[in-house]
Amino acid sequence: MRRAERAIEHLLFACALLSVVTTVSIIAVLAVETVEFLKVAPMTEFLLGTEWTPLFADQKFGVLPLVAGTVLVSLIAMAVALPMGLLTAIYLSEYASAPVRRVAKPVLEVLAGVPTVVYGYFALLFVTPLLQHAVPGLAGFNALSPGIVTGIMILPMVSSLAEDAMRGVPVNLRAGAYALGATRMQTSLTVVVPAAFSGITAAFILAVSRAVGETMIVAIAAGQQPRLTLDPRVPIETMTAYIVQVSLGDTPTGTLEYRTIFAVGMLLFIGTFLLNLLSSALRRRYREEYA
Amino acid sequence: MMVGVPALPPLAAAPRHHHSRSDSAESPVAIDVDSLAFYYGEKRALDDITIQLREHVVSAFIGPSGCGKSTFLRTLNRMNDIIPGTRVEGSVRIDGVDVYDPAIDVVDLRRRVGMVFQKSNPFPKSIFANVAYGLRINGMARGKAEIAARVEESLRAAALWDEVKDRLHDSALALSGGQQQRLCIARALAVKPRVLLMDEPASALDPIATQRIEELIFELKKDFTIVIVTHNMQQAARVSDYTAFFWLGRLVEFDRTEKMFTNPSEKLTEDYVTGRFG
Amino acid sequence: MNAVTAATIRPPVERAVARRRRRDRTFRLLAQSALWLALAVLAALLMSVVSGGWERLSWDFITSYPSRRAAAAGIYPALAGSMFLVVLTGALALPLGVGAALYLEEYGRGTRLERLIEINIANLAAVPSIIYGLLGLGLFVRALAMERSLLAGACTLALLVLPIVILATREALRAVPKSLREASYALGATKWQTVWHQVLPVAFPGILTGLILALSRAIGETAPLITIGALTYVPFVPDSIWSPFTALPIQIFNWVSRPQTAFLQNAAAGILVLLAVLLTMNSAAIWLRDRFQKQGVS
Repeated sequence: MRRAERAIEHLLFACALLSVVTTVSIIAVLAVETVEFLKVAPMTEFLLGTEWTPLFADQKFGVLPLVAGTVLVSLIAMAVALPMGLLTAIYLSEYASAPVRRVAKPVLEVLAGVPTVVYGYFALLFVTPLLQHAVPGLAGFNALSPGIVTGIMILPMVSSLAEDAMRGVPVNLRAGAYALGATRMQTSLTVVVPAAFSGITAAFILAVSRAVGETMIVAIAAGQQPRLTLDPRVPIETMTAYIVQVSLGDTPTGTLEYRTIFAVGMLLFIGTFLLNLLSSALRRRYREEYA
Repeated sequence: MMVGVPALPPLAAAPRHHHSRSDSAESPVAIDVDSLAFYYGEKRALDDITIQLREHVVSAFIGPSGCGKSTFLRTLNRMNDIIPGTRVEGSVRIDGVDVYDPAIDVVDLRRRVGMVFQKSNPFPKSIFANVAYGLRINGMARGKAEIAARVEESLRAAALWDEVKDRLHDSALALSGGQQQRLCIARALAVKPRVLLMDEPASALDPIATQRIEELIFELKKDFTIVIVTHNMQQAARVSDYTAFFWLGRLVEFDRTEKMFTNPSEKLTEDYVTGRFG
Repeated sequence: MNAVTAATIRPPVERAVARRRRRDRTFRLLAQSALWLALAVLAALLMSVVSGGWERLSWDFITSYPSRRAAAAGIYPALAGSMFLVVLTGALALPLGVGAALYLEEYGRGTRLERLIEINIANLAAVPSIIYGLLGLGLFVRALAMERSLLAGACTLALLVLPIVILATREALRAVPKSLREASYALGATKWQTVWHQVLPVAFPGILTGLILALSRAIGETAPLITIGALTYVPFVPDSIWSPFTALPIQIFNWVSRPQTAFLQNAAAGILVLLAVLLTMNSAAIWLRDRFQKQGVS
């Protein structure tokens, strides 16, 4: 009987260990192909080159255009999500009454739960035509539209994490400000937000990481033209969209083209991993301040 | 500090314990504890406890809050093992075997030394399933008929059968507080323990329910050895044959209940039972 | 002082307070409008999808196979593929996720390895889904030779949603009162007996809700499936776990990528089907949770 208990414990342990195995596998899969890739395209060309044409006859392997595309879309997304998310969080935690909160929270959850392919459709067929009225020279595929829509997609995440951070601020800090006659706005902006600063920053960084890793919205609405530019009106390609583009095609295993998606994937993984690490470190520091 | 409370004797001067040796017709020893010490991490919660608890009697542990009586009770069936970072020194012998011996099967020990908790904790299942659970997991009964018979037996022993016989498959949580506690007793009795440990079993109950529990304890001691922790001295005086007084993790005095409450040997004991502190 | 001067000359403090109150009102309006804007976008999104695809939605659409002619194309294989995927993913993620959560909550001793495991789980929750696609491609499709099959897709998605299942299960386990476990141990039950007979039944609704949440996420995932090679033109229903497949979001993506309006209409109709499935799943989760909460610990 007791042997069965030990066996079960070992089985459960194996399930828990699976997460470590997954991380190791991700790194291994990416690394193996990236190493092969770097044998052909040197690291300097990869990281510093400004032309990305691995699928053309004249192959160039500079990843910067893809990085630029990712950065551009993410910047636009954050420009939308950060202020709106923070304001929403402040409103929900400092001003809103219980009934408003009861409606707003589920709605925000719905916003967060919509599949990204639906957001892509929305960006391509609603937002882009709408923006074309307002922005001269806006191409059918561009960075602005998916950027804004990505921002809306991650807004609930920013809002909920920022709200959690603000709720962690002790009540007596707020009470002190109110007792001095401060308005809600003054208390929020000058006491609560600064006190929750590292927690809110952690939320922002996590949201950036999410925006960077977003795939379908850009695959549908941003285009497939890698371009080293910060102009949001022209077609570009992000790192994630490139991986999709190649996967849709008929790229045989073991070819250089096949390996490029792993190299780009490795870069993406490292980038988001560092961002996540930073976010965790900040969140830990925040918890230590108020634990 | 309240006005009129006398200064407590310094701890160093408190002698270890006094045993009564006057009774000639004493039952055999069920639990033999020798120099037991218990640690939560670095903190020593029990210090040098030596006591012999006899069969078919009710032994009560009394003492102020935090004196270690519940902790000591839980060392007897090794329930403290569940808490990480705890450590035991000394020995607890039941039927001559040290229960802290690494070769001992803790799971079986807990079947043989049953426990009833302060706040009744029936499982969120039917009354029948609650009592049958112990039988099933210990493989003590086979077949629906045998299980049903044992369930009835245990519910009768806990003086609960008449009240629930028509609704055995209703949820246990629908019972009153007192009934739930008797159900927990029935559940513990079903696995035929040698010893029944009761940690303040009536403290959450109203006086009438408490009385029924106390009557039950009186009945049960014919077949079981009972150890009860209580903060209610009058209850200890009503219900127990022997009483042990604990203070700050030490056993101060252990003797027949009558003597403990009328003519204790230790001044500390006398101060406590007369209500001068605690 | 006459009435006019009293009303028009206000002392500096009162002026400052009035200004502050105005600013506070403006700020409150600003914060409120941020929320309203978000809601408006959601409404716009739903409207654009409904107006784009409502006409195209029909029983025919749901039961037909894709075709080069937009008017005849349907999402049947994609719907079937998604359903199979969800079931398979759930069958993989549930035991693995619950097992991991059980180990960490019930058997854990707080060792360094356990901390490492927990950090890993938190990290994996934040890895972009397309990286999981690359993992699936390298590990399941190639290294384990599953090829671009339903099984490879399910394994990939199971790993993706595993952190969600683990997190939800851990919370459900933590909500089980300690007194229940103590009562079980005191009767001479082993740890596994306690877990199986007492803890899991009580935690079950929470675990189920977590599973449905995880599957809701899985059914909307596109990028990892494209990467492992789910096909975008699949005129058949998968007949085994080794069969190639497509899924709802992939079919939608395929149609959205075509310029013809008719295909865009199909895409919108497909989105409506996907949203309907999601709505059903989430409603089921809420219903199940409420039902079990009534039955269980009262």
